[in-house]
Amino acid sequence: MTDTHPSDTDPRDRGGPRQPILSVRDLKKYFPLRGPLGTINAHVQAVDGVSFDVMKGETLGVVGESGCGKSTTARLLMRLIEPDAGSVVLDGDPIGHGGITLRELRRNMQMVFQDSYASLNPRHTATEEISFGLRVHGIPAAKAREQALSSLRLVGLDPTLFADRYPHEMSGGQRQRVNVARGIALNPRLLILDESVSALDKSVQAQVLNLLAELKQRLNLTYIFISHDLNVVHHVSDRVLVMYLGKVVELGPVDRIYRAAAHPYTRALFASRLSMNPALRVEAVPLSGDPPNPVRPPSGCRFRTRCAMAEAICAAAEPMLSSVADAHQAACHAVIPGSGHSQAEALAHAA
Amino acid sequence: MPHDPVVEVSDLSVRFVNRDLDLQVVDGVSFSLAAGEVLCLLGESGSGKSVTMRALLRLLPDYARIGGKIRLAGKDVTTMTDRQLEAVRGPVGAMIFQEPMTALDPVFTIGTQISETIVSHEGVSYREARKRSLELLEMVQIPSAERRLDSYPHELSGGLRQRAMIALALSCRPSLLLADEPTTALDATVQIQILLLIRSLQRELGMATIFVTHDIGVACEVADRVSVMYAGRFVETGPVADVIGRPGHPYTAGLLRSTVHAESRGQLLESIPGGPPDLADLPVGCSFGPRCSQHHAACDAGVPAMVPIGEGRMARCLRPLLATAEAA
Repeated sequence: MTDTHPSDTDPRDRGGPRQPILSVRDLKKYFPLRGPLGTINAHVQAVDGVSFDVMKGETLGVVGESGCGKSTTARLLMRLIEPDAGSVVLDGDPIGHGGITLRELRRNMQMVFQDSYASLNPRHTATEEISFGLRVHGIPAAKAREQALSSLRLVGLDPTLFADRYPHEMSGGQRQRVNVARGIALNPRLLILDESVSALDKSVQAQVLNLLAELKQRLNLTYIFISHDLNVVHHVSDRVLVMYLGKVVELGPVDRIYRAAAHPYTRALFASRLSMNPALRVEAVPLSGDPPNPVRPPSGCRFRTRCAMAEAICAAAEPMLSSVADAHQAACHAVIPGSGHSQAEALAHAA
Repeated sequence: MPHDPVVEVSDLSVRFVNRDLDLQVVDGVSFSLAAGEVLCLLGESGSGKSVTMRALLRLLPDYARIGGKIRLAGKDVTTMTDRQLEAVRGPVGAMIFQEPMTALDPVFTIGTQISETIVSHEGVSYREARKRSLELLEMVQIPSAERRLDSYPHELSGGLRQRAMIALALSCRPSLLLADEPTTALDATVQIQILLLIRSLQRELGMATIFVTHDIGVACEVADRVSVMYAGRFVETGPVADVIGRPGHPYTAGLLRSTVHAESRGQLLESIPGGPPDLADLPVGCSFGPRCSQHHAACDAGVPAMVPIGEGRMARCLRPLLATAEAA
C-alpha cells in the first residue's frame, strides 16, 4: 500500500507494521449556534461520521475546501476539542476510557499549525518554546534544553544562532522550523501538519517540504498532511482523503485519486487546479456555486446540490463510503452497485 | 507598442518614511499597459507588488512618499488634488481586493452601495442607478440578482461577495481594473470561477487589467504579460508564456523550480536558499545576489540595469539565463 514501511526494530511499535497507527471510527463534532439569549438554535455539522485508518510510515493527505471539516478533524484527533461521538485508537490503544491518557496520546502525536507566529509564545525563545513541552512530560530542565538544541539542529537551525531568538526575531520559514522542532522534540510517531506550509512563500515552502520529507525518513514518522493546495498534497502523500461538508467522500492511493477519481466532487476539485502552462488554460468552470451552509446540509448526498449527475436517489439516501477498487473508496451512488443510480446500473451491466 | 497606453509608469519609487524607519519599498518601476492588456505583477510577500498597484490610484498611507511618473489615461496622477483623484478612482481605475468583507460596507445592501457609487459619479437618478446595479449583478453572474440587490454583504457566500465587489468596481465602467490577489482567500472551485469571470469581463469590456498575485498558476490563467518583482524592483518582464517557459532571471527560474507540480512527487524540491531580503538592509548590488547560484563578483558592484533579453522581454541581471541562447 505504501512504499515506506517503518523499520521492524522501532521499539515504539506495538501492533506490528500492518496495524494502523491511528484508527478513527465515526468521529462526530457538531458545534452549537447560540441565539441572542444563549439558546441553541442550530448546529454546525463540522465533522459528521468520519472514519479512516492511518498506516504506519505513510503520509495521508487530507484535502477539501474551507468548512469541510479537515481542521476540525485534526483538532479532534489531538483532543484539542472533545468529539461528540466516535473513537480514536492509537496503535491498538483507545484514547481515554481505560486506554491511554491524553498525555500519552500527545507524546505520540503532535501537530504543526498554519500560523507560525500565533503558534509560538512571543515571550519564549526557541529553546524555551521547545523545552517547555518536554518539561511538561517530565523531562528535567537541563536534559530538556539539550534535547531542544538537538531538535533545532534536526530542523536545520544552528543553535548558536537561533537558540535564544524570540519569534519576532525570525522569518516565517525559520519560525515554522521551530514549530516543527517543537513537534518532533518528544520523538512522536505521528505528526499532524495542518496547512503547515500554506502561509509560506513558494521559495521557503520548498525548503520546509524538503525538511519534512527528510525528517520523516530519519525519525520514522507518519504524517497526516492537511492542505488546500492540491499540488503540495500530490507531492507529499501516499494516500489521499477528500472531505466535503463534514464527510469523507473519497479515500485512496494518491495515484488513483489524482488520475482516476471516482467521486464527482474530487474530479471537480482537481479540474479547478490552475494550469501551470498559459497554453493550457482552464476554459470552462468545473463546478458552479459555493459549498452549501454546513448548518443545513442537503439531505442524502451532501454534494448533490452542485453535482451534474444527481438523481432522485441522491436526495433520498446518503451514500456510504464504499470500495470502488483495491484500497480505493468513494461515497457516491453513481459508483455503488445496486444503489439505484442509473450510472451504477450501467456499471453493473458492463461488469 | 499600441498608441494610447491606459497606464504609463516611469521610474516609480515608493518610500515608507516615519520617525523610526525609511524603507524603499518600490524602486525604479517602469511599465505601460494598453487597453485590453492583462499584466500580472508576480512576487512573494514584501516584494512591493501591492504597493506598486496601490500607488497607481494613490491609495497609500500618509507616510508613503511617491516618486517618478504615473499617468492614467494620459493624466498625471502624482500631482493630482484629492478632488481630482476622486474623479479618477472609479471611472478610470477601479480596484478589487482580496477580502471583499473589508471592501464592502457591512451596513448597506449591495444594491445601495452600487447605486450610490453610480449616482455620485454619473449624476443619474437613483432609479436609473438601481437598474444599472441589477444589470451589473447579472453581468457578474450572481443568481437571482434581483433578490441579491437587497442582501447585506454578510448574507452572501464568499464567492458571491467577491462577485458583488467586482460589480461595484465595474459600476463606473473603468478603463483600468486593478486586482489585488482577488482569489487568494477563495477555495479552489470558487477561485477558478472568479478567475474565469474576470477574464471574460476584461475581454468583453476591453479593460486594461493589472493583477497582483504570488501564485504562478493565477498568472498562467489570466496574464498576457508578467512582471516578476523582487525586493521592490522588477527583475524580469515579458510575455507570460516566455517567462514561465524560459525564465531569464535566476530568481524567476528558482521560483518556478521550487513550485510544487505534478512531476515533482517523491523527489526533493530545488529550493532557493535563504529567505526574502530585508528591505532595510539591501545589498549594494543585485538584491537577489546573496541567494543566487549564478552569483559572481560583478553582481555586487551595483544594481544591474534591466536589459533586453528577447522579443518584448527584459531582465535585471548581468548574466541572464537566456543571453547565450539569444545571441546564438
